[in-house]
Amino acid sequence: MAYFILKRLIQSVFVMLAVAFLAFSLFRFVGDPISQMTGVETSVEDQERLRDELGLNDPFVYQFARFTGDLLQGDFGFSYRTRQPVAEMIATRIPATLELGVVALIISLVVGIPTGVYTALRPRGIATQAILMTTLVGVSIPTFVIGIMLIFIFGVQLGWLPTFGRGGTVQIGGWESSLFTIEGWRALLLPAITLGVYQLTLTMRLVRAEMMEVMRSDYIRFGMARGVPMRRLHYKHALANTMVPVITIIGLQFGGVIAFSIVTESVFQWPGMGLLFLESIRFVDIPVMGVYLVVIAFFFVLVNLIVDLLYVAIDPRLRVSDVT
Amino acid sequence: MLTITDLAVKFPSRFGDFTAIEDVDMTIAPGEIHGLVGESGAGKSTVGAAVIGLLQTPGYIAGGTLTLGDTDLRDLSDGQAHAIRGDRISMIFQDPQTSLNPLMTIEDQLVETIQAHSDVSHAAALKRAVDLLEDIGIENAAARIKSYPHQFSGGMRQRVVIALAICTDPELIIADEPTTALDVAVQSQVLDLIRRLARDRKIAFMLITHDIGVIAQVADRVTVMRHGKVMETGETAQVLGAPRHPYTRALMDAVPPLDRRIDRFRVPQEADTGPITQDNAAEAWLLEGIEQDPIGLSLSNLCVRFPGTRTSLWRKPDPYVALHDISFDIRPASIMGLVGESGSGKSTLAKAITGLVTPSSGTMTLGDDTLPGGKSRSRHHPSRQLIQMVFQDPYSSLNSRQTIGAILAEPLWFYGFTPDPSDRRRLAASMLELVGMAPDAIDKYPHQFSGGQRQRIAVARTLLARPRFLICDEPTSALDVSIQAEILNLLKDLQAKFGLTILFISHNLAVVRQMADDTAVLRNGRIEEIGSTEALYANPQADYTRTLLSLTPVMPISWQAPTG
Amino acid sequence: MIAFLKRYEGLWLFVHSPAAMIAALVAALILIGAVFAPWIALVNPYDLASFSLFDGLLPPAWEDGANPKYLLGTDDQGRDMISSILYGARLSLVIGIAALTIAAVLGVGLGLAAGYYGGRFDAIIMRIADVQLALPAILTALLIDGIARGILPAAIQQDLRVAVLTLAIALSLWVNFARTARASTFVQMKKEYVQAAIMMGQRPSRVMFVHILPNILGPLLVIMTVDLASAILLEATLSFLGIGLPADSPSLGTLIRIGMQFLLSGEWWILWIPTLFLVALVVSINILGDFLRDVFNPRLR
Repeated sequence: MAYFILKRLIQSVFVMLAVAFLAFSLFRFVGDPISQMTGVETSVEDQERLRDELGLNDPFVYQFARFTGDLLQGDFGFSYRTRQPVAEMIATRIPATLELGVVALIISLVVGIPTGVYTALRPRGIATQAILMTTLVGVSIPTFVIGIMLIFIFGVQLGWLPTFGRGGTVQIGGWESSLFTIEGWRALLLPAITLGVYQLTLTMRLVRAEMMEVMRSDYIRFGMARGVPMRRLHYKHALANTMVPVITIIGLQFGGVIAFSIVTESVFQWPGMGLLFLESIRFVDIPVMGVYLVVIAFFFVLVNLIVDLLYVAIDPRLRVSDVT
Repeated sequence: MLTITDLAVKFPSRFGDFTAIEDVDMTIAPGEIHGLVGESGAGKSTVGAAVIGLLQTPGYIAGGTLTLGDTDLRDLSDGQAHAIRGDRISMIFQDPQTSLNPLMTIEDQLVETIQAHSDVSHAAALKRAVDLLEDIGIENAAARIKSYPHQFSGGMRQRVVIALAICTDPELIIADEPTTALDVAVQSQVLDLIRRLARDRKIAFMLITHDIGVIAQVADRVTVMRHGKVMETGETAQVLGAPRHPYTRALMDAVPPLDRRIDRFRVPQEADTGPITQDNAAEAWLLEGIEQDPIGLSLSNLCVRFPGTRTSLWRKPDPYVALHDISFDIRPASIMGLVGESGSGKSTLAKAITGLVTPSSGTMTLGDDTLPGGKSRSRHHPSRQLIQMVFQDPYSSLNSRQTIGAILAEPLWFYGFTPDPSDRRRLAASMLELVGMAPDAIDKYPHQFSGGQRQRIAVARTLLARPRFLICDEPTSALDVSIQAEILNLLKDLQAKFGLTILFISHNLAVVRQMADDTAVLRNGRIEEIGSTEALYANPQADYTRTLLSLTPVMPISWQAPTG
Repeated sequence: MIAFLKRYEGLWLFVHSPAAMIAALVAALILIGAVFAPWIALVNPYDLASFSLFDGLLPPAWEDGANPKYLLGTDDQGRDMISSILYGARLSLVIGIAALTIAAVLGVGLGLAAGYYGGRFDAIIMRIADVQLALPAILTALLIDGIARGILPAAIQQDLRVAVLTLAIALSLWVNFARTARASTFVQMKKEYVQAAIMMGQRPSRVMFVHILPNILGPLLVIMTVDLASAILLEATLSFLGIGLPADSPSLGTLIRIGMQFLLSGEWWILWIPTLFLVALVVSINILGDFLRDVFNPRLR
């Protein structure tokens, strides 16, 4: 078990290093950092001096090591566009994106898992067919269209909910949260649903497919053959076995949730990391792009490590040794 | 107690209803072990599933009666049927690996089953469960019950499955191939347990199996099925000893005996393709291509090690020794039998000879030439043509996307025997005849043939490589016993005709006895015993061989097919 | 007859599945419309001379004040909506199919090889796939787009937009193909027909492409359909975000972005009609993908 966790940890470090390398290559090779940092009036000598000071003439590996070291210490460099430290810019944006992503994920799980189970247990029901058709349409509508539709219906036509911004936020130790005011929740609702719908349909279909597979397994049939109550077979035996593959995929999807928040944030003008990233692309603000990349990969890796731990908690085959 | 009359089960499909079984009559008394035997497609599992009410959807009972004691099983609501399951009828599945929920402890699974049928406290249920496990031979049950299924070995796991089936004291247990996935030693223990439970607890068993040896060993009465219908039913000794129905007779003829060798199995007229007598182009082609005398293979001190699975970052895992110090000679034009239980290294040996696995030490010599092992054997090495292999599973040994013609032409093209495509086609067609198939099979696809026919095609493919040395890795273990007899006959004919040297690998001692001139017994990657087949079977030297022979189910001599 | 139907089971299922048939019809109509856009369309939306501002903002034919010449109305520039949509769908499909082809060739090739050789090669490919997975599709696409802006001189940027977009989408989709191909190849590698071919001494390329590939086409075809839908969605999303195609060569996504400006005004058709087309196209492809999945994996039916 310890080895399993350790192996995953090492793989995660590898992924992070690769992403850091990507970010570093971006910074180093896409455009010239010096010409970005200085104006046209800076003399060539000054540019060279700056180049030396910043260590841009050092060997490549050395530069990468320093870049990674800086990242580890939280020194993410400066934005070309605003000249602010990137760390600060990202830090102020993280709460908005995380709250949006987590609420969307919760919506998708709370709705997706039960409907998945229901449609798996009643594969031929009319409700099931209707749900399946709806989710098929759900995965086919682009996120931004769902956002527009929600804005149009609840914001424009009905006027119930705000269509942009975070509403009322509260500062809690540097974390700007919209979870503690009614205004905040009202503002969060539409973007979170927009972001959650796609994940919801994926989760539901996945749970359904896995559950149907499990229901056909020998141990479920054996359970039926010895008269274990159906409710127990469905919700204890089958559901637990269904969750083993499902949590893996959900872990993989969380990266997707964070990334897709780019679209949602753009539609709802939600001041998160995604919006920042879009702006940085428009202005070729390489340091911000690179750091965003690293931050996203970090969340992805972190969530997948948590998933691995959950795995160990659910599956005794990873916890206790084999045949004794 | 269980009475079945005129039972019919149908499966609706979009091509009309498919009748799985019909006119099935059967009775089982308390404490009786009733064998239900038949080849694949006989519908025997369907009978069991119908009795316990777990037919695969969309199957349904189309007619007949099913009564257990006074209860009409067809007259029950879903809820009542579910309440009877476990309480009065229970079931044992084939594969103990998949029959238990991997995420729950044995305790949880036993206790939930007991509590589902009787209103007892957790402590009382647990005590009953522990007592039961002790009773069926699990030592230290009070501690072991806290384990998860994967912590038990295969045989122990099947005991746990049986404990789950009997923990509610059912009257009837449907056992669907309960020992098929087990090795002979474990099989014999499980069969003993079943017999004891029937005797002591008066539990009736419906023992569904394809293995007539198992029936002969434990069943009180037997029902023989074929194509969804009952052929014959009665006392085991009567049905198997003096069969009335020709099908039962044919079935008995096809069972290879353990205690003597028969030269050819007697098979029904229509299936007996026999040695082809008329001129056959493929036969002529094969004979003309024999430039060398029969070839022998000798192995000396062959070892194969696989890297172990890593469990720690710092310690290098111990290598897994698959084969240890294997030495033997296969005489030219002889058949060497290789027997062993699962995990003994039989298939690894085949892979080492064919170059799929790299030996860690030792030498292999084919004829006069050293065989380079594994990766160091070039793709153009002559042994790649001289050594060919017949595989176990005819459903996976033929590429399902190619026509039979393309499959058969491949060796002819690949080894450069026949440059002209139409010659290849002609030769392939006549090779099909040689192995007893109609030549028009050439334009069909593998899925259009039965397992036995596919195995014939697989044999044809190996012959088209003009081999001198054939490895047969469990060539009949995926086949029904009557088809097995046909394939064994075919292999014997071809071996005699073309002077092939054969390494015949099987877990089935009786089959090896029919085929092999010499036999080697393999266990945990080591050779336990080797010698001429007759001597080894008549007078085994190693304890292990003796145990294996004594545990293999046999039929009384008087029931067996006459020699010849 | 029954034997014939069994052999062509997929066909049988198809003619008995109204959803699949309708989806195929819709997809085929849009495809034909897109292919023949230059001949069918009333105006060429890329050619300023072919439309006139005076025809701007006309509603669809069934509304008051419509010009029956423009069945689904016109946008603010006076472009016929149907023409814009046909050209837009054409561009969306070209990009989607091109990206898909690149992703499939790259992914299937790497996946097959990883499954065939296993060991270290497999480990390397899969670690690269892990990194790719840590950067979801949309992020990869945006990133490549951003890099292209940084590297390419502004002058050729416009010309290369379609190529960059295609490459970005392709790179974000190859992992799906690689993982599916690898997993299926692993299954096939255990089959005895593959063992037989290796044993004969056949070249690895022959074993992979002649023996294994035809046997794993089923699951790959499913991925291909589902990913075509993803590619079209991704392209639309990128264009919507304003980093895809510019307004003078509109894809469906660009049309929707332009339409957004009319969300609050009365000219609903400029936004909702392209949206409807995009959704209809993607829904149809997804229904077909689902249908194929059922055909190739009957156990989930």
